[in-house]
Amino acid sequence: MQSLGIRFPELLIWFPLIGGLICFIIKDEKKSRNWAMLASLITLAFSITSLFYPANKELNGFTYSYEWMKSIGSSFAIGLDGMGRLLTFLTAIAFPIIFAATSKTKYKNANAFYGLMLLTQCGLMGVFCAMDALLFYFFWELALIPAYFLCSRWGGERRIQATFKFFVYTFTGSLLMLVGIISVYMHTGGTQVSDHSFSLNAFYSVANSLTASQQNWFFWLFFIAFAIKMPIFPFHTWQPDTYEQAPTATTMVLSGIMVKMGLFAVVRWLLPVFPAAVMKFDNIVIALSVIGMIYASLIAIRQDDLKRFAAYSSIAHIGLMCAALFAVKQVGVQGVMIQMFSHGINIIGLWIVIDLVEKQTGTRKISMLGGIAHKAPALTILLVVIALANIALPLTNAFVGEFMMFTGLFKFNVWFTAIAGLSIILAAVYTLNMIQKVFYGDVNSLATGMTDISATQKIVLATILVLIFVAGIYPKPFFDMTAETVTNVLTRFK
Amino acid sequence: MNSALQLVWLIPLLPLAGFLINGLGRNYLSKTMTGIIGSGVIFISFLLSAWASFSIKDGVAPIHYFDFINVTGLKIGFDFQVDQLSCIFLLIITGVGFLIHLYSTSYMHDEAPKDFAKYFSFLNLFVFSMLLLVMGANYLIMFIGWEGVGLCSYLLIGFWFTNNNYNNAARKAFIMNRIGDLGFLLAIFWIANKLGSVDFHTVFANVSDPAKFTTFDITGITLLLFVGATGKSAQIPLYTWLPDAMAGPTPVSALIHAATMVTAGIYMIARSNILYTMAPVTQTVVAVVGLATAILAATIALKQNDIKKVLAYSTVSQLGYMFLGLGVGAYTGAVFHVMTHAFFKALLFLGAGSVIHAMSGEQDIRNMGGLKKYMSITHITFLLGCLAIAGMPPFSGFFSKDEILGAAFEKNPLYYGIGVVGAMMTAFYMFRLYAMTFLGEFRGTADQQHHLHESPKAMTIPLVILAVLAVVGGLIGIPEIFVPGGHRLEAYLAPIFAQSNAKLEKGGMAQSTEILLMAISVVAALFALLYAWNKFIRYKKSMEEEKGLGKVLENKWYVDEFYDAVIVKPVNAIAKYFNNVFERKGIDGFVNGIGRAVNYSSRQVRLLQSGQVGTYVLLMVIGILALFIVQLFL
Repeated sequence: MQSLGIRFPELLIWFPLIGGLICFIIKDEKKSRNWAMLASLITLAFSITSLFYPANKELNGFTYSYEWMKSIGSSFAIGLDGMGRLLTFLTAIAFPIIFAATSKTKYKNANAFYGLMLLTQCGLMGVFCAMDALLFYFFWELALIPAYFLCSRWGGERRIQATFKFFVYTFTGSLLMLVGIISVYMHTGGTQVSDHSFSLNAFYSVANSLTASQQNWFFWLFFIAFAIKMPIFPFHTWQPDTYEQAPTATTMVLSGIMVKMGLFAVVRWLLPVFPAAVMKFDNIVIALSVIGMIYASLIAIRQDDLKRFAAYSSIAHIGLMCAALFAVKQVGVQGVMIQMFSHGINIIGLWIVIDLVEKQTGTRKISMLGGIAHKAPALTILLVVIALANIALPLTNAFVGEFMMFTGLFKFNVWFTAIAGLSIILAAVYTLNMIQKVFYGDVNSLATGMTDISATQKIVLATILVLIFVAGIYPKPFFDMTAETVTNVLTRFK
Repeated sequence: MNSALQLVWLIPLLPLAGFLINGLGRNYLSKTMTGIIGSGVIFISFLLSAWASFSIKDGVAPIHYFDFINVTGLKIGFDFQVDQLSCIFLLIITGVGFLIHLYSTSYMHDEAPKDFAKYFSFLNLFVFSMLLLVMGANYLIMFIGWEGVGLCSYLLIGFWFTNNNYNNAARKAFIMNRIGDLGFLLAIFWIANKLGSVDFHTVFANVSDPAKFTTFDITGITLLLFVGATGKSAQIPLYTWLPDAMAGPTPVSALIHAATMVTAGIYMIARSNILYTMAPVTQTVVAVVGLATAILAATIALKQNDIKKVLAYSTVSQLGYMFLGLGVGAYTGAVFHVMTHAFFKALLFLGAGSVIHAMSGEQDIRNMGGLKKYMSITHITFLLGCLAIAGMPPFSGFFSKDEILGAAFEKNPLYYGIGVVGAMMTAFYMFRLYAMTFLGEFRGTADQQHHLHESPKAMTIPLVILAVLAVVGGLIGIPEIFVPGGHRLEAYLAPIFAQSNAKLEKGGMAQSTEILLMAISVVAALFALLYAWNKFIRYKKSMEEEKGLGKVLENKWYVDEFYDAVIVKPVNAIAKYFNNVFERKGIDGFVNGIGRAVNYSSRQVRLLQSGQVGTYVLLMVIGILALFIVQLFL
């Protein structure tokens, strides 16, 4: 069985790639959509099967390695540990949900659109499976590049401007990361070029051969790249613009999964590689995260566009995850694990509802909407549940994660926790404001023509609801899956 | 484990099932079915609770269902603990809850079937959350119920969601509760970091171990928990949401905002009694805040003209007395008052609902008067409720309130003195309310007068049952000086407070002092009662505006305006500044500046570059893919 087990990462990476390339050839819009749906469902089936294989006791779970650029010490090493399995599962389940939820949307050149979406999925899978730094970088770019195209070709009115900003930010980040990776690579192994290696193990043992000042420099190169991706204050301003302008399906991928790349990368490539630097700069990073939480929450109160509203709410939540990571406490980091999954599910659910509202009323302006609850009670109930999960009400998925992250942060520093805790109150303020203005009150002219959601949409949203409550009431499987990854990272801080 | 305890999981699960059935079937179920399901599940839960409460013995062990959070360094189970304290609350929640459900079947009958079903599903969800709150065996399960009841309160206050004032009230309630919840959460984090567990029995067993908890820890934890309590139980400074919460349907006010949810804070402190006993500083804070709230709310109630608002401020005030009791170590007294208050305040609210129903929605008591002759059951039961809350012997409120005041005297005679002044005000505003509503001449419109009628049976039966309880409910806690061994409640709850009682010094008052204290408070209240009765039986509507202190009281000491000026407006201003200036001109301005610089330089080398991001990106993709494929296959 093990022989099949170690093939899972491959299946998860290659299948979306092949599926995506085939999609480009299918000319018919409907067929390409169905094909993309089918491909994503098959990938999901692989992913679900992988969850039932017992993980290898070794550090990296099941790993497999091809020879690849052997001359410079890089190999095509892929594997799935607990964290990898969780995030590949998130990636696998998100795409069918996204395709189903946006199936009514008409795209020009639909085949290219769906093809690029699947290529993005391939890149994401690769990022979560890579066990080699250069390979990681390669997939990181592979995930981003189709996303640029999706934004710039299928986006909203100001898409060019937004994509440009997105590109500048993330390209800067990628460049810094590449410099960082090569710099660390130069210190791996011995003095000869042939001794250097990009492998995860080589990176994990590099700390001993770095001076303190080298560690500090390299830390910042990696951190800024990941901070832009998450994003962390003050590197965040690409996000609201991009989310607002990107086609909704792409926004879901960006916010649901792609921001997790940054958090994932911190756990895989930053914390274990530079433990000394992490302990040195933890206060700065956590301070930025906490400032970002409050700052983004306050701005969310003022947003009038539903997409920007969701973007700032997301920034606030990511801030907590980043703070909990850099507090490096078992409880907190385990909380981040489950929260990465939960946040992905919840934010995608939120986008689906926003998209439904926009499709029917023609606007995303909170100030122009009102009284939707009369016309679409089912939609309203689903929105309220998802929005409350987003602000971490107990028995929903996000509560477990937030509770644990705060507990971890409290262990690190009480005052950071107290200040960060204010975001719990602010989250209630902005979320309830939004619900009240958009859904309650008298029916206004825009809402009069609304109908309630269709059966397909109900199924999609009900799936999200099931995921919300399962993880919220019985989160144990998530802890079991990721415990080993977290423990392995934290032992490097002892 | 005995058989009753094996079935306790059904107690919360039945209301949850009711919520799901009524919620999902709201488009298909008839109103009758909805009413039967909604009330029936609560009634079965009540029977189970009664069974459980008679079969528990000392030393009840928590029941473990499954692991909720189980990671290295933190273990929290989904556990229930059904002991004497839980049982008292279970009986109140399901018992009074059932009566209010029954009452609602009639009160809400004008709603469309699907709104009717929505109402009952929310009400059932509330009962489920409240039951979780009092059944949890650790602080986290308690917190789950705690936020759950807050959510249901929000949903039910804003039940008529077309009215924006109601929505504002709902939102205010949720947000002010969340402020308190932050305190509660910080306390839980604190405990979790000290012990790696938040189980009640682990915490209470370790509380005396200085290696685990210093006095500073205990004081901090108890203060933070109390912050949570001020939110949920509407104490200074977070009480202002409760009067606004009267926007919800009246039975909701009776159940959530009088009998059960708002007493969650008292439950929390009674549950954690040993922590509070060991933190004298916090105890003083609790007593002072409780007493201050009791007085402040009572002064406001003196000048309110909305029948529900008077009752709302009276609730805030009575909750203050309960906290006073907790603060002076009279834990049994506080729980006793929770119970009697649930009876008479639910009765008063339901009576008010009956009046509002008869008056076609009118809530201003200046337009009422003389209702006595139109609705005799409502009138008699309401009067009994007023006598109970005013503390007249032998009605229930007398026993519980005097137990608290007696303990307050032992701690500090000043507490007692202020408490008696509050009791006088209580008697005054309650009989002002009673007289203006039921006595004198009718002051409403002829149209209203024409419609006046007694409410249907589904509404009057709960009134009668609650009235009986409000009259005789105090008899389970008769002081020792009257009947030795008469305080059955104290004996029942003894295992819960044993640890605290061992540490508290019980001075014991002379019998003569105790009787004197009772006599003073009763005579004072009686005097205020008669004065109000006599004054407001002759009430005539006048157009004169209140002046001076009266105006300040009518406007609730301008506390809402104060909060608006010092918190709401500044927060909004900061948010606006961040959004409009700092974000757009600051950070974004900087980034766009760089972007423009890049654009500018790229224009200089235009011959080489097309200036389109797409082209760059495409070249990058091709390059990377080529590199990859070449390396892989060659």
